[in-house]
This record gives sequence, C-alpha cells and structure tokens, in this order.
Amino acid sequence: MPERVSESHGRRVIVAWIVLSVVATPLVAFVLGPHLPPGNGSAQASEQVFDNTWITAIVTPVVCLLVVFFVYALTQFRHRGGALVDGPPLRNDSRVQIWWISVTSLVVLFLAGFGTYELLQNGSGGGQGPDPIAIPKGHKIPVQVIAQQWQFTYRYPTYGGVETPELVLPADSYIELHVTSLDAIHSFWAYELGVKADANPGVDNIAYVKTKGPRTFHVRCAELCGLWHGYMFDNGRVVPMAQFTAWIKAQSRAFAPVAKYLPKYADVYYPDPQRRAG
Amino acid sequence: MSVARRLIGFNLLTACVLGVGGWYVGWFAAHGIVGPSIEYFGDVDFNELSIVMGYLCGVLGFLVGLGFLNYPIARLRGYPPSLREKETGGIGRYFGLCTDHKVVGIQYLVGIGLFFFIGGLNAMLIRTELLRPNHQVWPAGTYLTLVGIHGTMMMGMMTSGILGPFGNYLVPILIGARRMAFPRIEALTFWLLMAAGAILETTIFFGGFPTGWTGYQPLGTQANPGMECYYLFFALVGISMTLLGLNMIATIVTMRAPGLTWTRLPIFVWGVLSTAVLMVLAAPVLIATLSMAVLDRTAQTNFFVPAQGGSGFLYENLFWFFGHPEVYILALPGFAIVLEILPVFARKPLWGYRLAVGGLLGVTLLSFFVWQHHLFVSGINGDLRPFYMLSTELISIPTGLTFICGMMTLWRGRIRYSVPMLFCLAWFFNFLIGGLTGVFLSDTPSDTTTHGSFFSMAHFHYTIMGGLVFTFFAGIYYWVPKMTGFQIDERLGKIHFWTMFVFFNSTFFPLFIAGFLGQPRRAVTYANGLHFINVWVSISAFLLGGSMLLFLYNFVKSLVFDRVRAPADPWGSKSIEWQLPSPVPVHNFDRIPVFSGDPYGYGETGPTPVPAGAPAGMD
Repeated sequence: MPERVSESHGRRVIVAWIVLSVVATPLVAFVLGPHLPPGNGSAQASEQVFDNTWITAIVTPVVCLLVVFFVYALTQFRHRGGALVDGPPLRNDSRVQIWWISVTSLVVLFLAGFGTYELLQNGSGGGQGPDPIAIPKGHKIPVQVIAQQWQFTYRYPTYGGVETPELVLPADSYIELHVTSLDAIHSFWAYELGVKADANPGVDNIAYVKTKGPRTFHVRCAELCGLWHGYMFDNGRVVPMAQFTAWIKAQSRAFAPVAKYLPKYADVYYPDPQRRAG
Repeated sequence: MSVARRLIGFNLLTACVLGVGGWYVGWFAAHGIVGPSIEYFGDVDFNELSIVMGYLCGVLGFLVGLGFLNYPIARLRGYPPSLREKETGGIGRYFGLCTDHKVVGIQYLVGIGLFFFIGGLNAMLIRTELLRPNHQVWPAGTYLTLVGIHGTMMMGMMTSGILGPFGNYLVPILIGARRMAFPRIEALTFWLLMAAGAILETTIFFGGFPTGWTGYQPLGTQANPGMECYYLFFALVGISMTLLGLNMIATIVTMRAPGLTWTRLPIFVWGVLSTAVLMVLAAPVLIATLSMAVLDRTAQTNFFVPAQGGSGFLYENLFWFFGHPEVYILALPGFAIVLEILPVFARKPLWGYRLAVGGLLGVTLLSFFVWQHHLFVSGINGDLRPFYMLSTELISIPTGLTFICGMMTLWRGRIRYSVPMLFCLAWFFNFLIGGLTGVFLSDTPSDTTTHGSFFSMAHFHYTIMGGLVFTFFAGIYYWVPKMTGFQIDERLGKIHFWTMFVFFNSTFFPLFIAGFLGQPRRAVTYANGLHFINVWVSISAFLLGGSMLLFLYNFVKSLVFDRVRAPADPWGSKSIEWQLPSPVPVHNFDRIPVFSGDPYGYGETGPTPVPAGAPAGMD
C-alpha cells in the first residue's frame, strides 16, 4: 500500500516535470538564447552565444525538476497541527540513486565534452598563454595589447611596430592578440568581440578573434589592477580593410617623431625602474 | 574593589594592553634593524618590516595576556597536567582563555557574528558608491579598500563560521565526548581569529590595500603598507584554520563514544570532518604563500616579481590551490547542516546516508583538482583548460548527491515550517541557482565573457551567502536555544527569514544580468546603461542589511531581555544534544553514552538509538 502511494506521487511529479520542461526548454533556447551575451560582434562572440544557449537549454529541465519537486513536496507533504507525526521511514531506494547518478554524470560529461570541442576550435576568444593549443588556420594579423596602470596601448608589429592609443581592427580578418603588461596583472576585455585575456608582466598571452563587419566595441580592464582600475576602459573600432590600411599609415606618420623613443618591438617588456614597496 | 581585582589577571583587557605594547616593541625592534625610515615614505616614520614585526609581537603579547603561556610554563616548572583554565565561573569565562568547548563555541558565535556585521557594513558602503555610475562617494582608493576588507573579512572569518560556533559546541556532544581533543588549541584558534580580524581593520591606518581578497601579485608588491594587514590577517586565519581542522579531525577520529561507528555518525559530524580535512590540507599553502609575499615586501626577495625572475603565476597558482578548497570549506558545512536539520522537520530518517557521506567526501576530494578554473583566461597552462573544465563540472555530481538526499528526505515527510527549516529549504533554491550559474563559469568558452564580471560575483554570493550564511542562520535558530537555554522569537524569526530571502534574491539575481551585460567586478565606475540595475541592487542590498538588523534585534531581545526558557527538546529531535538539559552542563554527560544507531530513526520502531532522558552508558 505505501509503495503505491509513493508511486502515484512520483508519477505526478514526473509528468508535471516533463510537461513543464517540454514547454520551457524551447522557449528558453529560442526566445532567450539569441539575447544571451556577448552578442554577434565576432565569430568568437557568436560561438559564446551558441555555448550559452546550449548551457541554458540544458539547465532548464534541471530547474524545472527542482521547481516541480519542491512545489509538490512542500504543499502535499506539509504537516499542520501541533502533534508530531512521523513520516514513513524510507531510508533508501537504489532505483532513484542509480537514475540520479547516471543522469547527472551523463549531463556533466556531455557539458564537458561539448565545452572542450568548442574550446579547441579556436580558443573561444580566451587568453591561451604563450603556447596556444587552439590555433585557427589561415592568415592572422598580430596586434600587441600592452596594459599598464591604467591604460591600454596597442602595437602593430606587421606595420612597423607603430604604437597607438586606440585599438582599430580590420573587418572580416583573423586577429592574433598578444596581451602583455608592464606592471600589475590586468585583463584585456573586449566585450562585444568576446575576447578576454589577462595581461601579465613578462608573459605573452595569445588570444584569437575573427572580426565581422564594421562596428565599435568597448574595452575594459577585468582584473583588479590598482587605484584607477575602474577608469581603465576605452573604445575600439572595427573598420573595413581599406580604411584600416589608411588609418595605420596615418598613425605611423603621426607618431613618427616619438617612435624612436619606443623600445624595440618584443613579446614582453619589463618596467624600469621597478616600483615596489619596501 | 572586587570588580577592579577581577580586571587584573589574564583576560581580554590584559591581552589588549599587552597586544598594543607588543606592537610598539616590535615596531622599535624593526627600526633597530632597518633604520628610522625609507625614502618612499620620507615624512612618515614607518616601513614594511616595522609594521610586520609590530603586528607579530602584538599578537604574541595578546596571546600572553590571555594566558596562553601559563600552562606550558607551569608544566615546565613541574606542575601536573590539568584542564582547569576557567572551566567554571561566571560571565568572565567568555572574555579569556577557556578550555570548555561550549564556551569557545559561544565565543566564536559572538566574535564571528561581530566581524560578519562589520563585513556586511562594508558591503553597504560598496553599494552606496555604486548608486551612481560615475560619481565618487568614496575616493577610488577607499572604495578598493572597502571591497578588499569586505571580501577578505567574509572569506577569512566565515571559513570558521560554522565549524567555529557549531562545530566546537556540538561535535564533542554529538560524538558523546566531554571535550575536544586539544582544548587549549581550540581556545587558541578563536583568539587568533579575533586578533586577525582586528589586524585587518587596522589597515585603514596604513592606507588600506588595493588588491581585493585575492591579493594578486605584483600589485601586492607595490601596494601601500596597509597591504601588510591583509597578509597578516589571512596568514593568522590560515593558522587558526589549520589548528581548528587538526583538532576536529583528532576529536572525531579518536574520541567517539562506544557504539558510535562511522555509519552512525550524525551527518553534521561528517560535514565537519570533511571540512576539517580541507582546512588542514589547504590552509598551510596559504600561510606559505603569504609568508613569501611578506618576504617580497620586507626582505626584498623576488618570489613574485616578474622582472627579477619571479612569477605572478606562481602566486595565482598557490593562492587558488588554497582558494578553491577554501570555497568548499565555506560550502560543505552548509550541506551538512541542511542534511542534519531536514530529517527533524520532515519527521523522516535521512535518506541515503551513505550517499550523502559519499557526496561530502567526493566534494572534498575533487575540490583539490579544480583550482585553475579561476585562471582560464590568465594565460597559465592553456593546454590544461579542458582538464579543469571537466574536473570542475564533475563536482556537480557529488553536490547533486546532497540535493537528492535532501529532496528524498522531504519526500512523503510530515513537513513543519519552523524557522530553521525555512532557512534550509532556502538553501536548495539558492544553491541551485548558484550551482547552475557555476556551469556557465566552468565552461571555458562561456567563461571568456563571464570571468571577472559581476556574473561570477553573483554566482559566488549565491553559493556562499545563499549556501553558508543561510545555513549559518538555520544553525543559529536551531541550536542557540540549546546553547543558551533561551528561545528565539519565532514570529520575528520568520519575518527575518522572508525579508532576508526576498532581498537576498532581489540583490544578487540582477547582478547576473549586470555581469552578462559586461559590468566588471571591483570597478568603481560602470556604464550609464547599467544604472537602473545598480540602483535596484543597492536598494535591495540596504533592505537586506535591514533584515540583518532585524535579526540582531530579535537575537538581543530574545536572549537578553525576554529570556523565555527553552524546553530541552523544542524540535522533537532524536539527536543526542537534545536529550541533554539546556544549556548543556559543564561536563556534558554524567556518564559517557553508548550509541546503538544513528540519530535519524523517525517513524521507526525498535529501541530509540539514543536513550531519552539522562543518557545511559559507562562512566
């Protein structure tokens, strides 16, 4: 008799869960999904949106299960009245255990496999360190991002190592970002491009991004780097290739008088003199 | 006269006097070593070494003043061993070295509560700054110090938030012992923690520190002298944690009463044991790391200075090797409290006891293999990211075991919604959101955007505040009647719960959106478009702070003014602590109990596992 009671309760929860999941999951995937960050500013950003959509779609049934379970259990099994009454002494159920462990393990392994596959395509815009493992094929334009307290500057080694205070990238091209720092740890975060890479002094942190059409984007420091961390942001632009070529020529001309004071282009730079407490 | 005489002796007053005196002794001694000042702070007569030495000697003086040297010296002079340090006596026991585990538990509750409220106040000040996108209520440096003190205080103090008060008070009782294995070390862990908390607060006299709770290098190397307070705070917390963990492990392994086999141990004790293992294995790494950082600043070593052969990655690696187990040091006691309290209010045995234990141990083991998920975009070991993604996501399997055990315990129970139960049920909601948003952060491609944003900040507030602080309050409402012998007002408790639950969610859920929209953590400014979300969050945070004040009012009103006697077993629990009088007598048991089962036999016939009334057993 108690077995049957338990089973009818269980059946109701499972039916309600399936109905709710079948309704909610497509809604989440197709209505909420396209609005998930960071938008479609680059190939990497689009991949992250795809990833976020998948994860959101997978966690939706989990949320549905717990919502249904708790709403059902907390209303159906509520005890009113003063006297203490004990419930049935159920201590175990190996079917529930096996199902739960199997399903959670499968979901977890799928998520890890899916994430690894996505990551190994091209690094998904994340900093990969000096020896990247996920290298996209084809021609890449290297751009060095130099972080210092509290601004970013950019060098273009294939354009004579010119250094600019503004990040301008050609459209529809693969960019190889070399992120490094002169002092503390910063993090180069181009939100709309889906790029984030820590800038460590003495480390060449490489990230790849494939730009799409012309647009502007925000650049922020995402790692606490001292007093004016909150003000370490600026804007960047993606422009058509012809416009980019013209811009970089103009920059080379404009900065020619100071270019000779720049250090020779290198993977990493060290500040001198050292700033430290003591 | 008698009052004045009681103030003289080894107590908190003497300790504070000797602490301050010790500070100056160390300060002068260091000046003897390095000379009067250095040019960086030419007009201010202090340097890094003098501050470090000052604090170290200050802590030493504080401990001497409390009487921690009396017993070793007495033993050296040939006196017999004893445990008689203030085991009896009035309220004075709470202001000094006391070897009664119940006194230490209550000391912890009040002491940690005090620093918890200071940390919470800092959060209010942070939210005040963020009311407007680009307007400085506090100067930028002050803002970073507020963020740093809030984070460090919460992460440092609250590591002992459940093991300190409830672990110390309850573990000996739950395992049928009369004391902890090392009672003096138990007292030492508490007073070290208090000294540490005071040191962290004094950072404001030395310009604060800019690094947040992570203390990343080389920013820490170039920071103000206030940075020293961060290092010393966290290192002392690390020492306190290590000793607390060792003490807990020794107590649980060696001092269980007859019949209390590993499968009969209350799940709370299992939670304490797994947390203690994490503490003992993780905290020493922290102490070593911070010592290296202090050497970098005082002795001009170069462990973390990149231009001279050091590495910031070394610090990040070492810090997070401690830092991620630390997160589970905060979360695991919460799991254990939920699983301990649910059976009492669902009137059913704990479902899947072995599974629950397996879950706790699984989290303990796995939490040592995930630390580089904090460093996915840092450029360290790019080829290890798939491994850390897998190991991080694997942790949701043992965490899921806690969920299924809790859920199946509720299944077909006779559920009563008392205040402790409400807090435990809220844990499921909060930790579900915290856990599932963790999936976004553990997935390396998705983490590219969410890393270092308000998304991750909201995530860990859901797991730590929603996981630890909610269960901390569950523990208070559940066990404080036992600890003090007085009831806590149920109606005000329910109002406290609902306001806290609603405003907690209304504070932190919008921050997921803010993070998704690109608001970075710890930044004093944000984009104008995020103004509405931030105002909403700030107002909710103030209301959440108000809810905490309501708790404080209830706590003081119930325990100091109303003083309604609590019955010995107000919740109808079968666990052993409720079979003892409230408050528990000094030596816990007249006779050591003998256990014949676990404490979850609700609805089961046969002999009660723990005999009601005065526990029977051996002397």
